Amino acid sequence: MTFAGCRSLMSRGLAPIICLILSISPAQAQRPFITLASTTSTQNSGLFRHVLPKFTRATGIAVRVVAVGTGAAIRLARAGDADVLLVHHKESELAFVAAGHGSLRRSVMYNDFILVGPGSDPAEIRSILDVDHALSRIASAQAIFLSRGDQSGTHKRELELWADASTNPAVASGEWYRETGSGMGATLNVAAAMGGYTLTDRGSWLGFANKRGLVLLHEGDPRLRNEYGVVLVSRDRHPHVKAKAGQVFVDWILSEEGMDAIDEFEIDGTRLFHAIR
Amino acid sequence: MDAFAAAFAAAGDLILSADAGLVEIIALSLEVSLIAVGLSALIGMPLGGLIALATFPGRRAIIVVFNALMGLPPVVVGLVVYLLLSRSGPFGVLDLLFTPTAMIVAQVILVLPIIVSLTRQILEFLWIDYRETLRSFGATRIQCLATLLWDGRFMLVTALLAGFGRAIAEVGAVMIVGGNIDHLTRVMTTAIALEASKGELALALGLGLILLAISLVLNVLAQSLRSLGETWSLA
Repeated sequence: MTFAGCRSLMSRGLAPIICLILSISPAQAQRPFITLASTTSTQNSGLFRHVLPKFTRATGIAVRVVAVGTGAAIRLARAGDADVLLVHHKESELAFVAAGHGSLRRSVMYNDFILVGPGSDPAEIRSILDVDHALSRIASAQAIFLSRGDQSGTHKRELELWADASTNPAVASGEWYRETGSGMGATLNVAAAMGGYTLTDRGSWLGFANKRGLVLLHEGDPRLRNEYGVVLVSRDRHPHVKAKAGQVFVDWILSEEGMDAIDEFEIDGTRLFHAIR
Repeated sequence: MDAFAAAFAAAGDLILSADAGLVEIIALSLEVSLIAVGLSALIGMPLGGLIALATFPGRRAIIVVFNALMGLPPVVVGLVVYLLLSRSGPFGVLDLLFTPTAMIVAQVILVLPIIVSLTRQILEFLWIDYRETLRSFGATRIQCLATLLWDGRFMLVTALLAGFGRAIAEVGAVMIVGGNIDHLTRVMTTAIALEASKGELALALGLGLILLAISLVLNVLAQSLRSLGETWSLA
């Protein structure tokens, strides 16, 4: 022990640890890449797993997807932490471009939002044709409704639909109107557990494996169209942005090849996204 | 109970198929957390030792602060590291956001207080026995510190394991600064969160079981090394 120990600590103990730490540097991909800030719906549904490898094969550019809500994705892009945005709230996308953060915004694809809820349908919305009528029935029945509550594209659309229905659900927050503050999947898990209604995009719904008693109860109102847009982050605002590779991605996704890749993607024979050509 | 049976089945399937994605995720989890613990030990053990041996004004306060920092919420650490590494933040030019390096930085912040506090406590305890002997040798403070760290090495393994447990189990920080990017920054905990959000509860729980098993194996290894070392140093 004692002082011989000090020296052996340095030679036997610390030196190998230092060497080890210096030798293992985290694996960083060397090939060119872009960072794509997008939404959980595109990732969780499996769309990216189908489409992005085709893009990488065609161009040699890898895509690093950070999947968060539309609001969070736009914040990431505004801070310069992403090269391209693929989100679903047109007003926010246009505002992003108008503020000089994005250099262009193009429509890519659409699907639709649907209302899901317990099979027993306590608010009796199953046969209702207008979405605002369906929402007012949920409000007047005080049936449990799960809101994303996270400034995502789906959340923003939900709030617009409540406004159309002349209902302010916020007054019932914590009662029948419950805000999860989390992603679509997490919110569907809660809705399944509580037997509540929620608004979801069709892609997340079809890809969701824990439906339990939840069923699709309302669809088809034209106001439920869910459009995804692609925005290239502006190089003027953030000089480090990979504008060239980002442009290659935008051009590819809007090309025949990209559009076909989106249209081909199915779950159980159902097409999830429709390319906007 | 069906859910748990399904989870065991999912875990078994994943292991038996030696799923390439799973291997990659496990390797990255271990790499990030082990490097974070290694770096924290390099900084935290000497620091904890210094606090144990030194007497200076404000020492009590520093001890309390490090103890309190053991309870840092990972998601807050993630947010702070994100703001620092973001392109709009002070260290944005390093281009580290959404890389394993960013995850290591966040985990070092989480693990360091644990290593400092436990090292300080262990060495303070040893110091009671060693103080007179070392002083009579005329040992300098650095020599005393090195001696205590060396002689306390088997006890300090506990500090390393506690730090590793914190690092490998947290999801809040690595989710924010890593971004849970497939094949780049996806680790066990973020993969579990993702599968749960897809409603694949059995798969999520199965991954959790594998994480638990890895943690168990590492603890058994550490414990055996410790017993082996103790037997040798007694012989």
